[in-house]
Amino acid sequence: MQQSQHLVIIGNGIAGVTLAQHVRQKSNCRITLVSEESATHFSRPALMYVYMGHMRYKDILPYPVWYWQKHNLQQVHGRVTKVDFEKKELELQNGESIEYDTLVLATGSCPAFYNWPGQNLKGVQGLVTLQDLQSMEENTKEVSEAVIVGGGLIGVEMAEMLLSRGIAVTILVRDMHYWYNVLPKQEAILVANNIRRHGINLLFGEELRSINPDAEGRVQSITTQSGKQLRCQFVGLATGVIPNVAFLRNSGLETDRGILVNEFFETSQPEVYAIGDCAQFRHPAPDAPAVEQLWYTGRQHGEALAQTLTGNRQKYNRGPWFNSAKFLDMEYQTYGFVPATWDTSYDSLYWEHSDGAKAIRLLYEQESGLLIGVNLLGIRYRHDLCHHWLQQQYTIHQVMQELPAVNFDPEFFQRYEQELYTQYAQRFPNQATPASKTNWWDLRNHFNLFSSSDSC
Amino acid sequence: MSPLTSTYSSPVTPNARGGAFKLVGLLLIGLGILGLLVAAFGAEAVSPVLTGLGGTAALTVGGLLYVWEARKQKSVAEQNNGAWQNDVTARGASAWVLGVVLTGFYVLLYWFPDTLRGLVLAVEPLSQLLRNRPADHWFLYGTFYTLAILIMGVHALLKYRNSNYHIIRTVSVMFFQLGFAFLLPALLLFLNKPEFYFSYFWPLKYDYLFPGTVSYLIDNGAALGVFMVFWGAVFSFLATPVLTYFWGKRWYCSWVCGCGGLAETAGDPYRHLSDKSKKAWQWEVAIIYPIFGFIIFTTLILWINSWSEGKLLGNLSQGFSSTYGFFIGAMFSGVIGVGFYPIMGNRVWCRFGCPMAAYLGLLQKHFSRFRITTNGGQCISCGNCSTYCEMGIDVRHYAQQGKPIIRSSCVGCGICAHVCPRGVLKLENGPRENRYAPTTLIKRNDVGILN
Repeated sequence: MQQSQHLVIIGNGIAGVTLAQHVRQKSNCRITLVSEESATHFSRPALMYVYMGHMRYKDILPYPVWYWQKHNLQQVHGRVTKVDFEKKELELQNGESIEYDTLVLATGSCPAFYNWPGQNLKGVQGLVTLQDLQSMEENTKEVSEAVIVGGGLIGVEMAEMLLSRGIAVTILVRDMHYWYNVLPKQEAILVANNIRRHGINLLFGEELRSINPDAEGRVQSITTQSGKQLRCQFVGLATGVIPNVAFLRNSGLETDRGILVNEFFETSQPEVYAIGDCAQFRHPAPDAPAVEQLWYTGRQHGEALAQTLTGNRQKYNRGPWFNSAKFLDMEYQTYGFVPATWDTSYDSLYWEHSDGAKAIRLLYEQESGLLIGVNLLGIRYRHDLCHHWLQQQYTIHQVMQELPAVNFDPEFFQRYEQELYTQYAQRFPNQATPASKTNWWDLRNHFNLFSSSDSC
Repeated sequence: MSPLTSTYSSPVTPNARGGAFKLVGLLLIGLGILGLLVAAFGAEAVSPVLTGLGGTAALTVGGLLYVWEARKQKSVAEQNNGAWQNDVTARGASAWVLGVVLTGFYVLLYWFPDTLRGLVLAVEPLSQLLRNRPADHWFLYGTFYTLAILIMGVHALLKYRNSNYHIIRTVSVMFFQLGFAFLLPALLLFLNKPEFYFSYFWPLKYDYLFPGTVSYLIDNGAALGVFMVFWGAVFSFLATPVLTYFWGKRWYCSWVCGCGGLAETAGDPYRHLSDKSKKAWQWEVAIIYPIFGFIIFTTLILWINSWSEGKLLGNLSQGFSSTYGFFIGAMFSGVIGVGFYPIMGNRVWCRFGCPMAAYLGLLQKHFSRFRITTNGGQCISCGNCSTYCEMGIDVRHYAQQGKPIIRSSCVGCGICAHVCPRGVLKLENGPRENRYAPTTLIKRNDVGILN
């Protein structure tokens, strides 16, 4: 990007902001971030902590005011009503217009509602935006019972939030197990038990049929597909998110579920790119979804596109998958790919603590022993080492040699890698030799698992 | 079909749980405070021992009962619920009242100790028992201080009950306060030996290496006095660098030190109030290192003066002790350091005033294996780490760039790693080679906070 050019980014979430930061590092071009939602970037996954009183809104802003000034990143708080791709111009709701040379769409997601009767009643909402947080504050006043529809990550976050206000919560889960499109059954059961331990009621195999109003037009109860009627004064719809692209329909930009992009994030319009939750890959990589809706992938999109925009045209390659979350007080990490179910060509080592709060799974290919993925509940592993294993296509036997080095739990915590090793040794009595590379710092040096550009 | 089946297995209203015990606890706390007020201001109309010591006992039992119920009924993830919403932990009116009361106590303690006569009489039997001598206002202070660490230590143990690191660390500060800073000094007095705190060292306890104290200890303590001087010197110049090399400054600040002990226990509910701004960091650097330099300079001058047999400066030691003691010891560590807990957070003294923290900090930054590692690219920039850092470090600034956190002010309390919802941070000791090297899994845009 030349100094005289104007890079305009619609959306100030993690994707848009990461892009702006990385372009700025290499270019003096003009950069403007436009957002309808908020005046500046905030951490979306942290919204729940504001509601629960762990932090104030200003605490979830990752960068202070001086940061934006110092890096000359202009922030515009306003709604884009129209994009004119011919004139390379945005129209804002307040009548102003912004011209661009390069436009990046990073508009994120909005909650997916499925036309349930009563979904627009007072007291019914999703949770994605800052505005959703504000309405949740309003909608949960004087509420004693709530129903959450959907047992994903947003669902359990909403449940935790409501719990903090002493509101009784029931979660409707479509599948017979918790988050069963992602978690294997054993992990799903552990998570479900943990959620129940906190006094949250889980109803499996139940879907929403309708939301029923009282005389004032406020939610009074819901009816499930099986005909159960549950009293509630608040309904949280947490059945996933969809790309926030409604304002771009019929604008001349090719969209499907999201804005269609190639592996360079190029859209159907010249000099227009889309990243983050709103982008949909025309040709997703094998095993990768077409729409990636995570904080981490948003950041990676931003990093990758910044390379292209600053002259180092680069395909997006997200590398080994990873994600993490927290179910109330149970941490979850995953590295690589662990599906909910697998066929007989795969097998896994699975260890579970008797306290029902910790588990480790290593999934591998039967024949080759190739490590496919790692699931962790209540245990922390080193991202850098897991990434290395997956990138270098370690077999389960190679992994076992380095297993003690991967633990990232705090000091004085009990380690369970030995129990996993015992299982492994029983299954592979011929290959099993005790771990030889147990020191993380040695491995870190040996495999160069650190960035050397930045030592001071 | 029945209309409106309620499926809520148990109506969970956290506020209603354990209500009875909480109420009894609160009643006892109220009774205890009343007793202490009568002892303090009742002109000895009723026995101060009955009201004062009885009140202290009631306060202790009530406090423990309340703390137990309040913390046990919340799961570990719920412990910080409402920290920024409750009046008393969010700089509300009750926080200011508490701040004024605490500050007022320090004002009386330092400048008008005679006003505390009733309370001093209340702890008289305890003083006789432990020290075989009459109580004074410092013994009263030590008793209250130790009780605060013990009761609120239980609070911290329950709050962080799923973490062995915090359990061991909290037990450690409780042990060092009770044993090394309360019972052992009392025992020394009981045996007619010089009073000595084995858990405080120069430059925090600056006068332990002043010629006046050294000669006093050697003259009055004989062999034990020599050992005390030896102990102090070894810790200041040998053990401190060695321990800090291996474990960072935490071995002292959040494991042993009494000021740190109070901050980690009684001050824990206020840790989020510490100022995280760049300005605060600049103030910190501008105050703490000059104080440390001043102590080094003064110690040297005093020794030179002592070797020159007073020809150089005359009787300066006395004047210094009272001046510095007043401004730094009283004003800073007491009034602002503790009195302002509910307003400015729990580590004001440790951040801005403590010379030991400056010394340990320099060692930690430049000569230590300690760091807080960021786990790859897992940070979600939520801000819990920065918010709950009692030292006002913007931990997130480093974590979101995948950098290790190596800051001289970090006391290694480990709460950042505890409140992180993604388990991204780990306190650890490793080789100094590539200590600052970040992960390869986040591309950084390098930006310093202080340039």
